[in-house]
Amino acid sequence: MKMQKLALAIVLAVGFALPAQAAGETEHPPRVKWSFAGPFGLYDRAQLQRGFKVYREVCQACHSLSLLSFRNLAEPGGPGFTEAQARVIAEEYRVQDGPNDAGEMFERPGRLADRFPKPFPNDNAARAANGGALPPDMSVIAKARTYERGFPWFLFDIVTQFQEQGPDYIVALMNGYEDPPQGFQLPPGSHYNKYFPGHAIGMPKPLSDGQVTYDDGAPQTVDQYAKDVTAFLMWAAEPHMEARKRIGFQVMIFLLVFAGLMYFTKKKVWADVHAHP
Amino acid sequence: MSGHSTYQPQHPFMKWMERRLPIAGLVYSSFIAYPTPRNLNYWWTFGGILTVMLAAQIITGVVLAMHYTPHVDFAFNSIEGIMRDVNYGRLLRYLHSNGASMFFIAVYVHIARGMYYGSYKEPREVLWILGVIIYLLMMATGFMGYVLPWGQMSYWGAVVITNLFSAFPGVGEAIVTWLWGGFAVGNPTLNRFFSLHYLLPFVIAGVVVLHVWALHVVGQNNPTGVEPKTDKDTVAFTPYATVKDAFFLICFFLLYGWFVFYIPNYLGHADNYIPANPAVTPAHIVPEWYYLPFYAILRAIPDKLMGVLALGGSILILAFLPWLDTSKVRSARYRPLYRQFFWIFIATVVGLGYLGSKPPEGGYVIAARILTIYYFAHFLIVLPLLGLFEKTKPLPNSISESVLKDGEPIGASAPAKG
Amino acid sequence: MTSSTAAEPNRRDFLYIATGAVGAVGAAAVAWPLISQMNPDASTIAAGAPIEVDLTPIADGQVIKVFWRGKPIFINHRTAKQIKEAQDVNLALLPDPQPDSERVKKGHEQWQVLIAICTHLGCIPLAHQGEYDGYFCPCHGSVYDTSGRIRQGPAPLNLALPPYEFLSDTKIKIG
Repeated sequence: MKMQKLALAIVLAVGFALPAQAAGETEHPPRVKWSFAGPFGLYDRAQLQRGFKVYREVCQACHSLSLLSFRNLAEPGGPGFTEAQARVIAEEYRVQDGPNDAGEMFERPGRLADRFPKPFPNDNAARAANGGALPPDMSVIAKARTYERGFPWFLFDIVTQFQEQGPDYIVALMNGYEDPPQGFQLPPGSHYNKYFPGHAIGMPKPLSDGQVTYDDGAPQTVDQYAKDVTAFLMWAAEPHMEARKRIGFQVMIFLLVFAGLMYFTKKKVWADVHAHP
Repeated sequence: MSGHSTYQPQHPFMKWMERRLPIAGLVYSSFIAYPTPRNLNYWWTFGGILTVMLAAQIITGVVLAMHYTPHVDFAFNSIEGIMRDVNYGRLLRYLHSNGASMFFIAVYVHIARGMYYGSYKEPREVLWILGVIIYLLMMATGFMGYVLPWGQMSYWGAVVITNLFSAFPGVGEAIVTWLWGGFAVGNPTLNRFFSLHYLLPFVIAGVVVLHVWALHVVGQNNPTGVEPKTDKDTVAFTPYATVKDAFFLICFFLLYGWFVFYIPNYLGHADNYIPANPAVTPAHIVPEWYYLPFYAILRAIPDKLMGVLALGGSILILAFLPWLDTSKVRSARYRPLYRQFFWIFIATVVGLGYLGSKPPEGGYVIAARILTIYYFAHFLIVLPLLGLFEKTKPLPNSISESVLKDGEPIGASAPAKG
Repeated sequence: MTSSTAAEPNRRDFLYIATGAVGAVGAAAVAWPLISQMNPDASTIAAGAPIEVDLTPIADGQVIKVFWRGKPIFINHRTAKQIKEAQDVNLALLPDPQPDSERVKKGHEQWQVLIAICTHLGCIPLAHQGEYDGYFCPCHGSVYDTSGRIRQGPAPLNLALPPYEFLSDTKIKIG
């Protein structure tokens, strides 16, 4: 057994310790306390509504939200708008439709079934308007961003269900604009961000204190804006998360009961084998 | 599937049927009366778990295919449509994507159990090789399935893996163009991968039938590695094995549910939520976790053709395991040295898996090279030599003897618990 | 029925062999369309027709990326320093020895046109990176020099050159 442990230690050392020299580089985003984290986590309706306001007033000018429809705003598990409110929001947008009888495309107010219209007609137009950098679509961005958790944290995450790397990163990015350190060569047209891989980001600092007016008394700070819009984006990426976790709990309880019953059934069936070998 | 059926139909219809198509008798002899070693532990339940997982993947896959569009312009959004709009679509999609991982977890346990208890040894060589074929088919199926969402990792995974074939001198480029159906990975590639991803699970199911058939010809191995001798050594498959399998299957479902309902994206890559973009390579291309040990072997070798050959060899070598292991004793319970090397081998594969997820630089490459050498040495040096030099412990005379004395010394030495 | 032996094929064996051979030819003839259908189709081949690129807007030291047949092509306007570095390499030290003169068109040494697909496993290298101011592949760490020759890492070959010609001093045709 001694030799076994020794050999195991050698293998583990080769596998994990030797490469430790390569660690480091970009700082990890700080952990944010999210209402939607954990097995019973729920979205904070007021936060989603505030986040949607930030998206509309700030992000929307460049970033599309093409997979979301206006109807989603009124669906259960979402920001909790009523259907009438969602309809009013939809009508504030102009959506292209057509062709009409004359064969021409035309614009009309949005309907519940419409997707959020894109700010640019195509990717190249978006690049041309943004100095060559393409503002990514935001529909699933909260799931499309992450950072390396590293050994052994990625193993603990299975048990703790920590999976908010994407939201944490987005909040950190919003807060991460600073002056470049001495000697950092910032390419023209880009901005220094502490958390962006490579640090040179095309997007200028998007948020500033007091930029968006909240009417529910929440603090009007960059940090609060960042958290609110990130929660909204998490919902946009995973609109059925609440239902998923709720069904999950029911399924787990069912399976536990079933497993318990099956265990005693198994014991009963095998009892005669153990009694009369 | 083997031996004579003791099935005696009572009902006149069943009698009529049995003379024409004896399917009830086949089921009876294969899955009810079939004698099962009485000492099988829970590691033996994974065969049944795998069968259920294959069925689960086929069923969820067929219904997902009703909503999926295999076209480069629509694939990504059709998956998001499944996630957002299709009734229970998000559940089915997460069941399918996490189901693939659960399938591989189960198959790795199943393979490791076979290695620990020597289940590949005479007369179970063909049974084992059929298993290796199933594993290869699973890898192909899993790879093509991962391409279908057409995210960044889908696309670049397809580019890297199909390019493996370009390593072959002379014909490599022609093979790759033929696989792609174009001059780059594109719509024809996605379409044929979808077609094959739909087909291969049914091929797997066919080979599984052969695998089970071969199993029923030679009988199950057991933790002692001693063949059943009398009726005392076995129990009927139903209800004994069935109820045990069912219990552990439900426990396995608890793990499956944990991933599906609480951390459904843990085993995937964030990059795959970015639509495929042929103009931008992700900074760090990583395959699905179940390929990582082999990916590490591929990257450990600085020469392209040799890397590809090592990758292929690391899987194919499994098929030769029955002949590389020269020991007469099956179970690691009675092989004190092999037992230690077995765990070192497991640690090596886990270590390679970790290194496969890391960028190929500095210490990671050196570590991967050391572990790659050990991986092959385990099969080509350790196993052949162990059979010659290892002093094994005395085997019990029969399964029932070992069961009765469980917890007490067998022969002269202490019993080995797996 | 057993009159024939392996050593003395008779007429009946010939009949069997001929029948079997014709059957095999038929099977191969049926298999070929099933295999060949996976090759690039007519529209894909047509879309791979040559393209023309105007070089005037590319500044000294700049690399642009164009697509031909779905493959990224780098057009590198090399500086005098880069050209000299590329020409002064000791070929004996290269994994895939090839002089710079074979990798550019004579009289147009400042223009380097190559397929930007890493010869290892097909990723797109990054321009102006790596130790030799050439190209660096982020996937598995292959390093290429300013001539696109492999210098370090797992890639076996130099970056491939697409077929191209100069239509004038400022215009090339790729394909």
